[in-house]
Amino acid sequence: MSPADEKYYPGEIEITHDLTIPKLLLKNAEKFGERKVAIREKEFGVWIPFTWREHLENVKFLSLGLVSLGLKKGDKVVMIGDNRPEGLWAEMAAMCVGGIGVWLFQDCLMDEVQYIVDHSDSTFYFAEGQEEVDKALAIKHKCPKLTRVIWDDPKGMRNYDDPILIGLKEVQELGRELDREKPDLFEDLVNQGKGDDICLLFYTSGTTALPKGALLTHYNMLTMGQNLMRVDPSYESDDFVSYLPFAWIGEQMMSISCGLQVGFTINFPEEPETSQENVREIGPHVMFAPPRLYEQMTRTVQVKYLDAAWLKRKAYELAMKIGYHIADFKFEKKPIPWYWSLLKYLAYLWCHKKLRDHLGLSRVRNAYTGGAAMGPDHFRFFHAIGVNLKQIYGQTEIAGISVVHRNDDIKFDTVGKPIPDTEVRITEEGEIISKSPSVFQGYYKMDEETAKTLRDGWLHSGDTGFIDGDGHLVVFDRTKDIMILSDDSKSSPQFLEARLKFSPFLKDAWVIGDHKPYVTAVICIDYNTVGKWAEDHGIVYTSYPELSQLPEVYELVQKPVAEVNKTLPGPAKIRKFVNLYKELDADDDELTRTRKIRRTFVEERYKDIVNALYSDTDTIHMDTNITYEDGRVVKIRTDLRVAEVPV
Amino acid sequence: MPQIDEQSNETPLLKVENIHMSFGGVAALMGVSFEVKGGEIFSLIGPNGAGKTVMMNCINGLYRPQKGNISFDGKLISGLSPHQRAEMGISRTFQKIELFSGMTVLDNIRLGRHIHLKSGILSGSLYLGKTAREEIESRKFIEEEIIDLLEIEHIRNHVTGMLPYGMQKRVELARALALNPKILLLDEPLAGLNLEEVEDMARFILDINEEERWRVTCVLVEHDMGVVMDLSDRVMALSFGEKIAEGIPHEIQNHPDVIKAYLGEVEELYVTRR
Repeated sequence: MSPADEKYYPGEIEITHDLTIPKLLLKNAEKFGERKVAIREKEFGVWIPFTWREHLENVKFLSLGLVSLGLKKGDKVVMIGDNRPEGLWAEMAAMCVGGIGVWLFQDCLMDEVQYIVDHSDSTFYFAEGQEEVDKALAIKHKCPKLTRVIWDDPKGMRNYDDPILIGLKEVQELGRELDREKPDLFEDLVNQGKGDDICLLFYTSGTTALPKGALLTHYNMLTMGQNLMRVDPSYESDDFVSYLPFAWIGEQMMSISCGLQVGFTINFPEEPETSQENVREIGPHVMFAPPRLYEQMTRTVQVKYLDAAWLKRKAYELAMKIGYHIADFKFEKKPIPWYWSLLKYLAYLWCHKKLRDHLGLSRVRNAYTGGAAMGPDHFRFFHAIGVNLKQIYGQTEIAGISVVHRNDDIKFDTVGKPIPDTEVRITEEGEIISKSPSVFQGYYKMDEETAKTLRDGWLHSGDTGFIDGDGHLVVFDRTKDIMILSDDSKSSPQFLEARLKFSPFLKDAWVIGDHKPYVTAVICIDYNTVGKWAEDHGIVYTSYPELSQLPEVYELVQKPVAEVNKTLPGPAKIRKFVNLYKELDADDDELTRTRKIRRTFVEERYKDIVNALYSDTDTIHMDTNITYEDGRVVKIRTDLRVAEVPV
Repeated sequence: MPQIDEQSNETPLLKVENIHMSFGGVAALMGVSFEVKGGEIFSLIGPNGAGKTVMMNCINGLYRPQKGNISFDGKLISGLSPHQRAEMGISRTFQKIELFSGMTVLDNIRLGRHIHLKSGILSGSLYLGKTAREEIESRKFIEEEIIDLLEIEHIRNHVTGMLPYGMQKRVELARALALNPKILLLDEPLAGLNLEEVEDMARFILDINEEERWRVTCVLVEHDMGVVMDLSDRVMALSFGEKIAEGIPHEIQNHPDVIKAYLGEVEELYVTRR
């Protein structure tokens, strides 16, 4: 598959091997100065803007402060915390003096933090507040290279006096002093940077083994953003809301690689809990999120719909019927007859407009999903309400993305076509491989892994897929996850799981069936929606384990399973399922931080359940320990029921 | 009458002397005296019906004791009405939530601030310079000092009655803080909360007490002994309207009278449950 022919977008900048992210920041600050808002943060109930000049100043003094604390070119700076301006400033400050940014997920447990800080040889640690500082203090004696821990939120910090700690404001003050001494130092340091320098060390979530650190250069990051925008240009007047973890490459690709190239405004929510509300207030033009966020949106709509009065329900049903019809025209690439356009407009007025507003999608021009499979039903839903949702395919190792849908060419079972300058091929074994200027430099301190992944400049993804008749890439699944069914045909568990998750009552599904006589599923119900449903129906329960095992809930879960079964060929139909007594959780290593199921691990952990699904028993006795974050261990004893799905 | 004279050179923030309070034939408080020093967390404990909440109500002026004096900040306040005492900086939360359940969280908190707003109807409707400044200041105070501290950003526009119980308790505390109090009377702030909520609330109480910005003296009525013993500087135990002990947490924990008072209650509880 060859690169697409989109060449330039209006306002495109030239990316050379000399250009770096900090140089771009400097250029933007010069161009926009006080005229334009670079970032906005909601704090204390109001949106507080920072102009490009203020943004640059914060970065500059922080950067110089790091220099006076001893940061040198090539040093690693680890960052942890919610999305906030200080986080972005820390990343930029490190890059400005040739440092390398390493992001941690804000909910990382102590062991993960220790592993990454130690493995990356980080010398500086940016923490948001007390919680992150506590993690740093707990691991500092095991990570001897760590010299300073910098925090920015003073709440709860009054009794901390460890000499390793220093406040962000204090570091900036040091920077100001240094700037007075050597006024040209900052620009000199920025100018020394080269496009081929490493700027980010990005730890991938890893469904199987320890996280691997991918090394990315400025050139990698910038070319990726440019090639994406050649397909879907962004504009400097755009707004973007940054609320997904910076430790996820998707967020870096939007906030950093695209954001700096066109200079759009990045908005930070007040708290993680308020992000949905804040997204609505901003109404972003571009959005990139993993499927679970879109799944959450459809779940919210479905639940509100069930709650609404009769008239509202009917209005919604009619509007959705029209919406789905229009979406189908679009998918089949047929022109929309004028009378359908009229109906679409009416449906927009009475329903879709408000729906989109509530979801924060009223102004969105391009909404992307990527990182995991998304069910076709979700996809159709968003197109029905008029949101231009597109699939993206890529990985950290290619600085974000390599393949995307085009506006007039969306097929919900594919991920689209490669972006410009990117070649995608399928090997004889069916593996997807790609080549572009954005392909990473290798894994940090893991030469063997690098050699396996990077061969002759081709990035081997470990995903199986094919290219369909229209030239679209279809991603089947991770090669190692593909199930061989009873009739030797191949099936993708991720696909089945995504289909199941369209039901608002199912939060997670784990499909089993590789080399097994039939396919089964382990279901995690959604506590909120199922709990609410139970209350509405007068069903009593006290806890998740109890709720999940109620016969009424089994009936409730069976419906969507049977529904999905209708569309599946015989051997792929789900014959049995079990409701799990807890939700799958990244803290228990069952999911990656980006919420992908770690199959080998859960198969081992729940082998009793798997065995029971392939035997004649109808109850499974569970006797397990759960470890809480604070170290408490709780014993769980419960019986799970195996339900058969009539086929 | 027990003597408190170790640090008699310091003037106490709150001084309660020989309070007698009875409802008809029931004597709820019989000659209780104590002092609360500025900056401390002072806890009142005791079995149900010991008179803890009555004491709180006497301090903030909801009840007028038949005998005895209460002085605050060196002034005798026994004759003052609750709102006058509130103006002096005495704020409280209630055992049973007393919020306006149909109003939003923000409106409830603003109400706690109302006493400090001086603008009248006329200047309010014209929204002249002074009024605007006053409102901006008040908003700043609520947002930056209270909502941020208690982490209730995500519910500020929610209707209070729809919130979970634990959140409502937090809103109560927020409203009490909006008064910008010198002393805060907390009547069972942890009752009915789950473990996580208890931990949060305990942390907030400590923050309010220790944080440079606040430094609020707290009088705490609470049944959760673990929290009382961890948080308090000093503890006083009441039983059937009488003070039976006062001292640092460790002393109270091992005080024979306190143990007896609580043991008696357990037996009684056991009887009633049967």
